[in-house]
Amino acid sequence: MSPTRLALVAGTIIVPASVASAASITVTVPRIDLAEYKKPYVAGWIEPAGGGQARSLFVWYQLRNGGKEPGTKWLSELRSWWRKSGRMMQLPADGVSGATRGPGSYSVALPANLPAGNYVVHVEAAREHGTRELVSVPVTLPAANGRASGKAELGAVVVAAK
Amino acid sequence: MMRRIVATSLFALLASSAALADHPFILPSNTSLAGDDNVVTFDAAASDHVFFFDHRPVQLASITVTKPDGSTGETYNGMQGRFRSVFDLKLDQQGTWKVASQQSTITGTFKQNGEERRVGPARGGRPAGGGERGAADGPGGGEQPRTGGDAAVANPEGGPRRQPPVAFENVPADATDIHLTERVSKIETFVTQGAPTATVFKPTGKGLELDPITHPNAVVAGETARFRFLIDGKPAAGLKISVIPGGDRYRDDVGEMALTTGADGVVAIRWPAAGMYWLGAEAEDSKPSEKRAENRQMSYAATFEVMTP
Repeated sequence: MSPTRLALVAGTIIVPASVASAASITVTVPRIDLAEYKKPYVAGWIEPAGGGQARSLFVWYQLRNGGKEPGTKWLSELRSWWRKSGRMMQLPADGVSGATRGPGSYSVALPANLPAGNYVVHVEAAREHGTRELVSVPVTLPAANGRASGKAELGAVVVAAK
Repeated sequence: MMRRIVATSLFALLASSAALADHPFILPSNTSLAGDDNVVTFDAAASDHVFFFDHRPVQLASITVTKPDGSTGETYNGMQGRFRSVFDLKLDQQGTWKVASQQSTITGTFKQNGEERRVGPARGGRPAGGGERGAADGPGGGEQPRTGGDAAVANPEGGPRRQPPVAFENVPADATDIHLTERVSKIETFVTQGAPTATVFKPTGKGLELDPITHPNAVVAGETARFRFLIDGKPAAGLKISVIPGGDRYRDDVGEMALTTGADGVVAIRWPAAGMYWLGAEAEDSKPSEKRAENRQMSYAATFEVMTP
């Protein structure tokens, strides 16, 4: 909160450009004991809490074309992300697209140029022959702080200032 | 496959007289696709229960495809069965596709030499007008496609029966007391590959049309979609809209949402849950495109896939 307040006190309406630069989102892909486990497709995006343009943070999918069907075909399984952001993008997208990841915790920085305000960070996961899960974390920038957890395809999703 | 209007179809006759009693639909296997090499398959039928195959097929020949760039697309693997038509569509463009069926018929009566005759497709001597549909609902009922002709000339049971209907084109010049109704039924669904586009929604300004404000392939459970309806390009105020979630055979309540458009022709639909939904609307006026007809009955039906939030 303090950068904004300082800015107001200083009598300027300029919002500091780097209010959220130190915030990141940490996503846990849980270990699921299955003989035929496939790494999930996972996407994260941020949108204004009151509605508005969604902005993709990351999408992990089958980047390498390993057969007849390119990995992009299944991106629409990330149904919410696909509707709100994915289908309007050119993929792969620099700084957003990545390969699928196995179980573990992964940290992704929030964009540095988001204006202060209320947002919702969404993380959606879908796994072949598995389920689809959406985890939403409301946050207020610049003091980004929030967490939620999935039940099946996603573990903890933590948004925190570093 | 490419004809926009199938001039004489007995199915259109049946559908238009009771568009909200049975539910004509074109049901896609998917409406929101990623990638660039997709095939979508469709069922097209009219049924008592929404999205079941219990009544009749939509005529395969009446199906039209509009590509995202506005050009005409083609279906393949077409099959018309007793209860449904089936076909596939290869999506070779990014954007929103429209798959539709439009049928237009003219029915009614006239007199010639004092004798009243009916106008409509030949239907084996059963009266035109659709009020007697129940008789044809049994197995192998008389709703199989017939290729025209005066079916009532042959009368296996013998005895007197009514004259067969006269095709509209054959109404004689000396006919009097002409009372004709134009019936136009339209069935649509929309499929988007990649980013949604709006070319296929451009109104033609003719008849009852959907002019969506919310993109049909961006409808979500818990959110409100807004669709405008137009008649001849003008807002259709006070139009009754019926919205039914699929699968009503497996619940006691049909679950119909009965809605009405406002003065601006807009209806707001809040989707209670994800799934496939059927929407139907009917309107009637005295502005037929066929000059010899007195009035016009229009029906519109569409299928929407409502996504999880």
